[in-house]
Amino acid sequence: MSSILQTRELAKSFGGIRAVREVNIDIPEHSISSIIGPNGAGKTTLFNLLTGIYKPDAGTIQFNKRSLIGLRPDQVNAAGVARTFQSIRLFPNMTVLENVMVGMHSRLNVNLWSTLLRVGGFNQQEEQVRQRASDLLRFVGLGGKGDEIARNLPYGDQRRVEIARALASDPKLILLDEPTAGMNPNESEVAMRLFRRIRDELTITVVLIEHDMRVVMGISEQITVLDFGQKIAEGTPEMIRTNPHVIEAYLGRRAAGTENEPPKLDTQEEEVVG
Amino acid sequence: MATFAQTPPQQNPIRALFANKYAAIGLAIAYVVITGFLLLTLDQRSLWFPAANMCIFPLFALSPLVILGAPLRTAVKTTLLLVLMLVVVPIIGLVNTTYLELAIQISIFAGLALGLNIVVGFAGLLDLGYVAFFAVGAYLWAMFTSPAETIFLINGWLVPDWAFYIFIFAGVLLAALVGILLGLPVLRLRGDYLAIVTLGFGEMIRILVRNLDSPINLTNGSQGLHNIGRPPIPFGLNELTGGIAQSFTGRTDNIDVLARQVLFYVLAILMLTVIIFLARRLENSAIGRAWTAIREDEVAAIAMGVPLVRMKLLAFATGASFAGAIGVLYAAKQTFIDPSSFVLLQSIQILAMVIVGGIGGIRGVVLGAMIITLLDLHILSNLSQQLQALRNVDYIVPLINFHIRDWPVELEPAKYQPLVFGLILVLMMLFRPAGLLPERRRSLELRENRDDAFTTEIEPINTNEVKPSNSTPR
Repeated sequence: MSSILQTRELAKSFGGIRAVREVNIDIPEHSISSIIGPNGAGKTTLFNLLTGIYKPDAGTIQFNKRSLIGLRPDQVNAAGVARTFQSIRLFPNMTVLENVMVGMHSRLNVNLWSTLLRVGGFNQQEEQVRQRASDLLRFVGLGGKGDEIARNLPYGDQRRVEIARALASDPKLILLDEPTAGMNPNESEVAMRLFRRIRDELTITVVLIEHDMRVVMGISEQITVLDFGQKIAEGTPEMIRTNPHVIEAYLGRRAAGTENEPPKLDTQEEEVVG
Repeated sequence: MATFAQTPPQQNPIRALFANKYAAIGLAIAYVVITGFLLLTLDQRSLWFPAANMCIFPLFALSPLVILGAPLRTAVKTTLLLVLMLVVVPIIGLVNTTYLELAIQISIFAGLALGLNIVVGFAGLLDLGYVAFFAVGAYLWAMFTSPAETIFLINGWLVPDWAFYIFIFAGVLLAALVGILLGLPVLRLRGDYLAIVTLGFGEMIRILVRNLDSPINLTNGSQGLHNIGRPPIPFGLNELTGGIAQSFTGRTDNIDVLARQVLFYVLAILMLTVIIFLARRLENSAIGRAWTAIREDEVAAIAMGVPLVRMKLLAFATGASFAGAIGVLYAAKQTFIDPSSFVLLQSIQILAMVIVGGIGGIRGVVLGAMIITLLDLHILSNLSQQLQALRNVDYIVPLINFHIRDWPVELEPAKYQPLVFGLILVLMMLFRPAGLLPERRRSLELRENRDDAFTTEIEPINTNEVKPSNSTPR
């Protein structure tokens, strides 16, 4: 399978802290991949580098045979990479439908004159935008909630709005930053089905940052493990489960040394590390 | 009566009465007719005229909002508004020209406030130098028509009066350009920092205008530009105004002046209508949504494909262009402008209109412009006149035996305008932070801090990985 996203020697430091060090990642097209690692491993920084919110100090990012280096976040979005945020960043006082409609911005013909004069297919476009936004809401299971104010929705629904908003830009790749954080096992199960449908029905490549090992192991075709900004392992769930570097990163050197049975990784790592 | 539009439909007897279509039309018309009639029958020689005038004109001024707030069909509302604006107001204004002047001033400032509302209300960019764009438009027209000893006069660049209509568009373009020039350096700034820089920009334009009398005299410096050109009176307006004025007041003098005022009134109303129309179209479009998104969360907006630079510049440019057009009209109406017409206090006054009325909402901003302009030009000055009148007749307040004559001259209400504005703003922030006619979204935003039922849940353990300050485009 060819890779849709490829980073080479990607690096970013904040002051003396090297948040991401020479990371090489290959995300296969039409896959569901996960990026895992302990807190502070640089996962979200990596997402911010990929989406142009941070500028990398060094390295390359190839997306769909095109470099993303130097693009602004909105240009990255237009190129076909959409994302959600670890802390939900909806537009809290807009309606759910409006939130999704904003997500379509980079696909629209936004023109001052056609807006003021309502010519050049302005009304048709608005109608299409509205239609597509409500289709997407139905896709993520929020049909009929379009007119609610985003901040009034329950937490899990807000996560779904964020995903619908990201899907609205018609991306080829969607980056989900801890999409199941704070969900109970049932909700996680539903979310996993949604991720699969995004890949299967919309043929969008999905990359997750995830802490919930049930989700990671249950859904990923490829897992990349970061620790202290470095990639320490990459491979299928089976390979990662037994990789001594990973066990060391999560449980410490002693745990990795007493190999025998690979420890279970199904708890949230905050508890394990702390 | 201002509460018509904002009171929730339930638990309100007025609404219940309005449920009947005919009752609604009747009440709206009755409101306009009663206040208008009271205004016409006020006896100017009466001792209590200033006080009565002070109360009744603002009530009359609210009538467009009463009509808009009434639950009527759009067509009915439009008809009533047209009749009110094009028949009732001009007639009342011709009987007493101060009312016409007030109507013009309200329209001008409402237009300005709506322009600022695009920048501050829609896009959430706090601009304290907005009056600079107003100045750009005003000076553009003034420089090309004033017979002051400027380079324009010396080189024979003056334009004829009819060019006014072209210069309105020139004002739009030039102000938009200046808006972009201001926008470019401040794109990275937000909140307080943006406010400070725009404040400085406003002062810069004013001082520039003051100092541009040497080495080449462009603006005539602090002496200002006088005898600024006015648009020619269209054919027939003189006769029409004269006819109306004669049949209602019996006067036949100064018809020229009256016709000119009527022309400015019509132009101001027309401009305000166009501005409202454009502002509404911008609000309900992808552009308006992008602005709201930027206001709500800049990082999320840019990550969702909203080009921050472009959209912010667009907000600055459109907001500025409204002010530019109105500036041209203002200069023509005042016929004299100097740098002191465009001070910081003016910017703040326009901002106060936006905040008092209800930031972000078009109707609220118009109401705010009405309140602040009336306070400034009508209510406080009438209070002063009333005091003066009572002083002249040595009026004694009953029961407490207070001689009005003993009221210190230093406590003249008109002198306390800034204090009154300050008090109003403080009270607004305390009791109605979202404005008198709050825009739905804005009132939600301002409530955010109080009920944090969600925020506690949403904020995860580690939020410092996405720092908003790093997100501005390079």
